[in-house]
Amino acid sequence: MTFNRLRSTALVAGILLMAGPALAEPLFWSTQAKPVEETQRMREQVLAGFPGGVDYQPSDEGPWITRIQAEAQAGRGTIAVLGGLHGDLSSLGANLVDLSGIDVSAVGPAMVELGRLGTTEQKYIPWMQATYLMVANKKALPYLPAGADINALSYDQFIAWTKALAEGTGGPKFGFPAGPRGLKHRFFQGFLLPSYTGSTVTEFRSAEAEVAWNKFKELWAYTNPASTGYGFMQEQLLTEEVWVAFDHVARIADAFNQRPDDFVAFPAPAGPKGRAFMPVLAGIAVPTTAPDKAQALALVAFMLKPETQIATLRATNFFPVIATDMPADMPPSVRASAAAIAAMTGAADALPALLPMGLGDKGGQFSQIYTDTFERIVLNGQPVRAVLDEEAAVLRALMIEANAPCWAPDAASDGPCPVK
Amino acid sequence: MPRMLPYLLLFPATAFLILFFLYPFTLVAIDSLRHDGVWSLENFDRMAGHWKFGITFRNTILLAAVVVPLQLTLALMMASMVTRLVRARGAVLYIFAIPLGISDLAAGLVWLAIFEQSGFLNSALTGLGITERPQLFLGYQSKGVIFAAIVLTELWRATAIMMVILVAGMGLIPKEYGEAAEVFGASRWQRFRRVTLPLLKPSLQTALILRVIMAFEVFAVVLALGGTNLPVLMSETYHWQFTMQERGVAAAYAMVILGISVGFTVLILRLLHVPKEARP
Repeated sequence: MTFNRLRSTALVAGILLMAGPALAEPLFWSTQAKPVEETQRMREQVLAGFPGGVDYQPSDEGPWITRIQAEAQAGRGTIAVLGGLHGDLSSLGANLVDLSGIDVSAVGPAMVELGRLGTTEQKYIPWMQATYLMVANKKALPYLPAGADINALSYDQFIAWTKALAEGTGGPKFGFPAGPRGLKHRFFQGFLLPSYTGSTVTEFRSAEAEVAWNKFKELWAYTNPASTGYGFMQEQLLTEEVWVAFDHVARIADAFNQRPDDFVAFPAPAGPKGRAFMPVLAGIAVPTTAPDKAQALALVAFMLKPETQIATLRATNFFPVIATDMPADMPPSVRASAAAIAAMTGAADALPALLPMGLGDKGGQFSQIYTDTFERIVLNGQPVRAVLDEEAAVLRALMIEANAPCWAPDAASDGPCPVK
Repeated sequence: MPRMLPYLLLFPATAFLILFFLYPFTLVAIDSLRHDGVWSLENFDRMAGHWKFGITFRNTILLAAVVVPLQLTLALMMASMVTRLVRARGAVLYIFAIPLGISDLAAGLVWLAIFEQSGFLNSALTGLGITERPQLFLGYQSKGVIFAAIVLTELWRATAIMMVILVAGMGLIPKEYGEAAEVFGASRWQRFRRVTLPLLKPSLQTALILRVIMAFEVFAVVLALGGTNLPVLMSETYHWQFTMQERGVAAAYAMVILGISVGFTVLILRLLHVPKEARP
């Protein structure tokens, strides 16, 4: 035993020697701010203010969760703080420290509640939020249908607009992030389907859903076919390959920041059931295996400070979770997005559709069902009814397997969310 | 001791194979056959039941069926050329082998830069006034073009590996056979067909096995050029493992790739079998 202890001491000493001063920096293991410029800004502008510094490491979701699971299994780890979307964190409940001690009075109660992950403990602290918006090049505005208000479009008006654009300019001008890294599934889950059915899951194969998919097929006729390769719509907006696009606020920011006078942001269109949109919430949590819990908790509290929240906004284009005054020198993307977000969330027909919850590690499979439905109906031209019936069966099995209750806008359910 | 020496020399390689190949392989095989902690074929069922499986399987086989014969022909031509060279042989070999030094993802990206909507090919076409506006070559509607682009990239990238093996093989064929055939009046083509090719069988075997297995594992090039427009077995494996987080189904895909790789290896070994007494 003495020998063993001696050996492990030697090992630790060796690691300490190799790691040097970096060991003192808490490791912030995150799925957010992955693009290299954002990572750089997180390190230099946001976390540099934390006493002793922070080792910020972003990662793809797969490796992110693999490492957390590995550390949990080993019973000890090097990660101090976890950063991820609600959906990333929701599967980790058992491995997270209760953060009830942290003052969250400035954060909206609905978001704090989400952070409990359905338990009585505060599993994560809301960190930053965002949503998805529509963006148009100002050159596209003259093609708007007569009498249409860009801040209160319906899907029919939107399709008429993209049609006028395609016919007026000689080619489809709407861009949709349907590439492998694009966030297409969020459009179907949080915008298209809830707008027509008032539901993401339960009414998946309803007659209204059939209408929604047929509408999307109509829209697709005026969509740039290169969309199946698009990931971040700011690129195609800047090259003017497309004039109108849908994407996450963080993925359109460059367009506004590089050419602030050329673009407008506007709310997503509305369907018969309302103007559905998907708010995105990221949170920070502390794994039970964190090497220095006091330091980790201090870092979590640090992330909630107003000046950190504003710095995070500048770095990632994710908006603060606390009410705070916006400095006047905010980048153009923030000013443009903030106005459109306010118009969308404040609309009389606003219908928030939350990110999937309670699916644990089945989140990827859940989204794949919507992507598969899109690929089959729209790209491969399979009959809408048959595809919806088949994919509904997959969805039903998945909800039962994950035992995930409904989330808004679907009505709350005992047990797994039903698929009618 | 000298009697033990061969085994001793084999030991590091064997240990390496067991630790980093056989052991993980066993784990994957077990993963593919377990679902919810019980032994079942559920994973294979889910894999085969998914609407994309048929398309994926067909794409992979079709790609291998087109790429490998083309590469074999090209590699034979290149190898014959190199073998006949008297001067600058090294330089030509070196130039042919350059693509081997480039990772497959990088090769995919190089060709993507050519075929993209804002790529070199489009710039050239519009610059020369052949097309008015940039064309979308790699769109979801033109799977044929994506397929052709992938074939082209694979030809550019991986033909040299076959060539190198064949050049080595051709160097081992004694000149006397060819000279004897020439004395009897055999034409160049006859000598190649009747003398070089049969004597090249062992090298052909190696080159083909290596290439066919690589063809079934094609991934980065397809991902760069086709995204999800042209799914292959390897990309679906990755997708099930990392996006869907369903290790069992991913393992089932891996077993399918292993299965067809082994199947084709056995087939090639059979078809190109050289009896011991017939070897030079």
